[in-house]
Amino acid sequence: MTDLLHVRDVTISYATENGLFTAVEDVSFGVATGEKFVLLGPSGCGKSTLLKAVAGFIAPARGAIELEGVAVTRPGPDRVVVFQEFDQLLPWKTVLGNVVYPLRVARRLAAPAARETALRFIGLVGLDRFADAYPHQLSGGMKQRVAIARSLALDPHMLLMDEPFASLDALTRRKMQEELLGIWEATRKTILFVTHSIQEAVLLGDRILVLSPGPGRVRRLISNPAVGQRETDTAVAVQCEVQGILE
Amino acid sequence: MSARGWQRPAVRKAAIVAALLVLWEVVTRIGQVSPLLFPPASTVVASFLRSLASGEVPGYAGQSLQVLLTGMAIGAAIALVLSTLAVTSRLGAEFLETLTAMFNPLPAIALMPLALLWFGLGVKSLIFVIIHSVLWPMSLNTYTGFVTVPTTLRRVGQNFGLSGWRLVAGILLPAAFPYILSGVKIGWAFAWRTIIAAEMVFGVAGSQGGLGWFIYQNRFEMNTDLVFAGLLTVILIGLLVENLFFRWLERRTVLRWGMSTSH
Repeated sequence: MTDLLHVRDVTISYATENGLFTAVEDVSFGVATGEKFVLLGPSGCGKSTLLKAVAGFIAPARGAIELEGVAVTRPGPDRVVVFQEFDQLLPWKTVLGNVVYPLRVARRLAAPAARETALRFIGLVGLDRFADAYPHQLSGGMKQRVAIARSLALDPHMLLMDEPFASLDALTRRKMQEELLGIWEATRKTILFVTHSIQEAVLLGDRILVLSPGPGRVRRLISNPAVGQRETDTAVAVQCEVQGILE
Repeated sequence: MSARGWQRPAVRKAAIVAALLVLWEVVTRIGQVSPLLFPPASTVVASFLRSLASGEVPGYAGQSLQVLLTGMAIGAAIALVLSTLAVTSRLGAEFLETLTAMFNPLPAIALMPLALLWFGLGVKSLIFVIIHSVLWPMSLNTYTGFVTVPTTLRRVGQNFGLSGWRLVAGILLPAAFPYILSGVKIGWAFAWRTIIAAEMVFGVAGSQGGLGWFIYQNRFEMNTDLVFAGLLTVILIGLLVENLFFRWLERRTVLRWGMSTSH
């Protein structure tokens, strides 16, 4: 496997009222094509900031971020973000409209082609019956499904997922995690996934980059033998290992 | 009237209006008030219906509405430019805040002498004062709407590769729509009051009178029933626009989208 994304010696800092605040310091990692790569750490470890930098929303102070050898300088539809917030859907468009719109503006598909693609991905996340519903009529889990369908429909190089299930109740979260695994099996899309949950990281990540806070630095990179497993001995062992690294 | 009908606010409000009309009729008849000062309700309603049928009142009202819509359209375009500037640069924001703070408290009517001086009698002066009356509330609301668009939604737009005016048109404008709509509603309310008042000063050009001029001229000729008929038209159009048109627009947009703001 070749690396799709390169993050090299990246430092990200903000200007605040109390001077310069460093959120991420000297972080390097690579994500291979078709891989599920998890950034794991407690709040304040800069994992979301890193993802936003990969998305192109913020520029690193030092270091380089490259997608297929090209420096990331701005947001673009080749790296689509699934946010944690439910308000990432356009409230004035239906489920179908939400998936069609980026296909029209970002991939410049003609209306019939965009509609066809959109319906296929809405079907993939199991929301066929809700294509004409407006976002405010959907539950939190359904909104996140629409966001995932919208991102996948754009056929990006990478899916960037910023704690997409953190605002869901425990049962829905479990279900969505299973569905994401299923979707990944079907699409083999490269995923960069940010979470603070050890269980989620061990379930979803082929590899897990464990970060420590203040400022965010790499603690350890783990190749996860328990990917796709929830409560097996291997999974529990990896969870304990990660727990040990974080403490 | 059935007990169930009485539970509906619209029914009760209609009953209040009917009661007021009866009271008006009775007081003017029994008190033998001079119809030159206060004609009975029945006379006013009859005159209103007659001028409605003859097309006189609808013609004047149409003129007023046409001028008002022209002014509102120009005002909305300027408001869009000002609020886009305000949301894209700090200087733009301060520019808009300063202008709004200065001009918002200034009644449109107070600008009429200046308008007369600059544009003379006629439609141009009217449009000028209408623009002034709608520009500030619409700019302020649109700007507030832009500012309150969630960062996530803005980033979603950028993620689709949108920037500049495409981001404004594709994401910011629809996301700010509840605020823009309430700005348009406030703008309409100001503009409708302003145009009627302004026409009483500017309508002198005669052919381009408008509803305000109709009222003023009939007072001059002591057709008090027609003065009342004109006022009735002002009220009716105000009610129709606010309760039918804007309600309809809200049902089609912010209510359907679940975006109605509580403000």
